[in-house]
Amino acid sequence: MSGYIVKRLFTTLLTLLGVSIIVFLMVHLIPGDPVTYILGEFATEEAVNKLKSELGLDKNLLIQYFVFLLGVIQGDLGTSYITGLSVIEEIINRIPVTFQLAVFSLIIGSIVGILLGIIAAVKQNTIFDQLAMLISLVGISAPGFWIALFLIYLFSYLIPIFPISGYDGIYSLILPSITLGLGTSGNIARMTRSSMLEVIKQDYMRTAEAKGVNVFQLIFGHALQNALIPVITLIGIQFGNLLAGAVVTETVFALPGIGSLAIDAIATRDMPTVQGLVLFMAFMFIVVNLIVDIFYSVIDPRIKYE
Amino acid sequence: MSGIITSKNIDPSLIHLQKNNTKSYWQIVWGRLMKNKGAMAGSFILIFFIGAALLAPVLAPFPIDEMKMENRFLPPSLDHLLGTDEFGRDILSRIMHGGRISLMMGLVAVSIAGITGVVLGVISGYYRRIDIYIMQMMDILLAFPSLLLAIAIIAVLGVGLTNAMIAVAISVIPSYVRVVRGAVLSIREKEYIEAVQALGVSDFKIIVKHIFPNVLSPVIVLSTLQFGTSILAAAALSFLGLGAQPPTPEWGAMAYVGKSFLLQAWWMSLFPGLAIMLVVLGFNLLGDGLRDALDPRLK
Repeated sequence: MSGYIVKRLFTTLLTLLGVSIIVFLMVHLIPGDPVTYILGEFATEEAVNKLKSELGLDKNLLIQYFVFLLGVIQGDLGTSYITGLSVIEEIINRIPVTFQLAVFSLIIGSIVGILLGIIAAVKQNTIFDQLAMLISLVGISAPGFWIALFLIYLFSYLIPIFPISGYDGIYSLILPSITLGLGTSGNIARMTRSSMLEVIKQDYMRTAEAKGVNVFQLIFGHALQNALIPVITLIGIQFGNLLAGAVVTETVFALPGIGSLAIDAIATRDMPTVQGLVLFMAFMFIVVNLIVDIFYSVIDPRIKYE
Repeated sequence: MSGIITSKNIDPSLIHLQKNNTKSYWQIVWGRLMKNKGAMAGSFILIFFIGAALLAPVLAPFPIDEMKMENRFLPPSLDHLLGTDEFGRDILSRIMHGGRISLMMGLVAVSIAGITGVVLGVISGYYRRIDIYIMQMMDILLAFPSLLLAIAIIAVLGVGLTNAMIAVAISVIPSYVRVVRGAVLSIREKEYIEAVQALGVSDFKIIVKHIFPNVLSPVIVLSTLQFGTSILAAAALSFLGLGAQPPTPEWGAMAYVGKSFLLQAWWMSLFPGLAIMLVVLGFNLLGDGLRDALDPRLK
């Protein structure tokens, strides 16, 4: 297993390096000069040269990349053109909201998804199965912003129990979490169903049933425990997706997370912030996937031999 | 001798059986698809929306940009089945016309991604020396959550309808490469491929005549599912103000405008969103049905 982990860590490092190159080039491919953008079109040549030298833009692209990479390794993601604040500081300020949102959504998505999946598998090929799968497919097919607007209209206007937008503690994260959670639950339900169906057919399940184990214990004690392994992997991957997927939900609910920061930065063409955020979110996604893979190799020993 | 079946003494019922057995692969798939309720429901939804979009200039009850300030924010009624917007324009007519843009966004994104992904996937699976480079590149692209990748590409290319389609297409390419590469890898080990290689047939001919037909099934299923996903992603980009721009009646852009008037005119954003959901649901139902029909073992 340690061989697998070392190999996995090495490929992750390669991927991270590739991601850093793409994100770095992304900013340098953009038409227009950042110095002109910061100083305006009428700046003196002296001022332009001074700022170019300060930003390191007078050096060749390779040196600029290594300076950038060195900064990233030291936790420096650059400085915003607009606010003048360090990008990593802005991320640290805003990540708690996004993180909480992702966690709550995942909890809601997992509970709804696993329950739907169990119902569908236990009642395979009945109306319950079809209904559960239709609900999960609707969850996958509905645009996040549509669910969000629908919930706002219903629970913030018609029955005003939740705030329409803004962040004022965990209470204001309930509707956004349901929005994101419902989208996530669809995939989890489908995975739970197929995984449960596979487990239900195993010999040990028939043995347990023959021994007179009650249905409830059979499903939750025997089947679900084993069926959940691939589902947990999916949940882990979904967490990485949710950190980035929160962009739409944060924008609709005007939540001060990293997703809405990214949209604001694109609107103002604040490229260091966009660059830092994309790098940060990709980094989080890669690390979460790595943890999931390693966790999977620990709980499923067959991975060892691959 | 009497036990030998010839064309003269064959039982007529066996002829019927033989006819059934000589059905082509695609005829069998079609038969399975027709029996799949979900796929049929999905097809009906899609036919309805594609038909409405194609016939919009004839069927739409009002011209797409007809503004009547006295008709502003009218709720759904018999005159305006889905209500009117902030300029008094008919929402139903705009959704019908907008279907052309939203569906076209999905079609263009899937076509770009499909062609690029299939070519890269076939090269990757067939030529093992190049494989590692292509797959490392795909792993890097897959390291970005797809919507984030699309947003990052928009940040580089700039906001707009065309750039949104390109951004969505690029974010979809890795899934095609993975699926096609996997299929090619299993096929290229087959004996008949070795046989045609030994006969000196060119790589191009082997790929086009022997490998491509075998990767067609997974590509069809993936394309159907990705069609929905791409429409969803393109709509999300427009809703964030990064894709189609108002007054273009693209569904995501319509919902984006409607968001500002949600409390006074819910129909402005909820109906375009409903249209997106139904179309994506249609593609997902059809895609699931196609997968079951093409490979019943996966059911």
